[in-house]
Amino acid sequence: MSIKGKAYIAGVYEHPIRRADDKSIPQLHAEVAKGVLADAGLSKNDVDGYFCASDAPGLGPINMVDYLGLKVRHVDSTDIGGSSYVMHVGHAAEAIAAGKCNVALITLAGRPKADGMATGTAPRIFGLTPDLPFEFPFGPVTVNMYGMAAMRHMHQYGTTSEQLAWIRVAASHHAQHNPHAVMRDVVTVEEVVNSPMISDPLHRLDCCVISDGGGAIIVTRPEIAKSLKRPLVKVLGAGEAPKGQMGGKLDLTTTAAAWSGPAAFEEAGVKPADIQYASIYDSFTITVLLQLEDLGFCKKGEGGKFVSDGNLISGVGKLPFNTDGGGLCNNHPSNRGGLTKVVEAVRQLRNEAHPKVQVKNCALALAHGTGGSIGTRHGGATLIMERE
Amino acid sequence: MSVKERKIPAPTVYPETQVYWEAAVQGKLMIKRCAACGEYHHYPRSICPFCFSDKTEWREAAGKGEIYTYSVMRRLEIPYAIAYVTLEEGVSMMTNIVDCDLDTIRIGQKVRVVFRPSDGGPPVPMFAPI
Repeated sequence: MSIKGKAYIAGVYEHPIRRADDKSIPQLHAEVAKGVLADAGLSKNDVDGYFCASDAPGLGPINMVDYLGLKVRHVDSTDIGGSSYVMHVGHAAEAIAAGKCNVALITLAGRPKADGMATGTAPRIFGLTPDLPFEFPFGPVTVNMYGMAAMRHMHQYGTTSEQLAWIRVAASHHAQHNPHAVMRDVVTVEEVVNSPMISDPLHRLDCCVISDGGGAIIVTRPEIAKSLKRPLVKVLGAGEAPKGQMGGKLDLTTTAAAWSGPAAFEEAGVKPADIQYASIYDSFTITVLLQLEDLGFCKKGEGGKFVSDGNLISGVGKLPFNTDGGGLCNNHPSNRGGLTKVVEAVRQLRNEAHPKVQVKNCALALAHGTGGSIGTRHGGATLIMERE
Repeated sequence: MSVKERKIPAPTVYPETQVYWEAAVQGKLMIKRCAACGEYHHYPRSICPFCFSDKTEWREAAGKGEIYTYSVMRRLEIPYAIAYVTLEEGVSMMTNIVDCDLDTIRIGQKVRVVFRPSDGGPPVPMFAPI
């Protein structure tokens, strides 16, 4: 069974807040749920499937369904870090195709900024994992894990800091048009490589922003989507994969996108060259470069050349990416950027992106997320969508 | 080199990996090898991640290898180099590179194991340039 054409994205919503000192995490979840239902033109009572990940407090759906006052017959709280919500769209499509629900609500929310979290440089522990004693003593934090992947890619393929900087430059060109973006100033390659070094070879401007807020998505069956007033965005294909250290046979230059990408393309029946707009997870510049290679937009090792000279800037280059400014400039709510990747891809397909960054006649888009850590273990999720 | 030393959090010792940490106290680096498929793996498990056999055995590693990758964290009060070292036995392990100027570390550099005390637990394997 395939999910191709079995489900549509009928609603998307991104919370405009970037610092939520006076709001709780559940409250933010409720606000994005309300926002996405308004966008879709549906009501709370239409929702019969609910999806969330571990940013939702307590036992995920149990606490949230109660808090939101939902009555659902299908829940899923599979967590693969920041890429969870990209995967949830595929899972929702599966559930809809199998008749397990009709209207699936996916929510994400968090407030690391208000809580003063040192997202990149403080150790983060996810329970008593078997790897922990063999890693935690050595000081793994988010930024040095991605730094190690970047160092290896540079060593193996000759990638440069200037090439990585082009990714930030492209994101900043898009963010200048987004009034909600945390960082709206256009930056140059020189400004990126001259920003303070955090952990070699990643500078401050190679890193995404820390922000509060959240977002939500509604996935529904074709008949319901067609009864609504919004442009039709069809789910064509999805892929997901976890990748780790492979028993010590390490390869930090390849991500889970190398597995989730081909699965999604096969299901969708399209090729990387067909994609007109791509939302690519951008926790760091290196994250984007590795995923572009793994998804097949260029050959392995040629990502540095591919991203250079504005190739990711809408209206300038061949592959417009993250036209909202992405995690690098706009928003990385709850330190999880997957949901907003889907939101901007849907905006593009609906012709609702900012006019300055809107891709002309955008009919085919991809969203890809990477959650967890590329330096150790992460999950990848790819989603391909089409405007009907 | 920094005069101030970074405090090393103690690893939690579980029954599955107790031998590893007991050997560390003796200054020995142990790795797991599967008797069924012949593959080494790291971090150590009781069941082989390659063939799922439970015939895994502890072996003492030569304690030598080369730097697969590294990153020097410069944002914190005490800079340190995190790394993966690929052992002569073929598996890569997360570690720190120590006893050197952090700015001279290079991928491919030959290193040997040195054990450093942790904060209230067994010593942990780090690596120094040869």
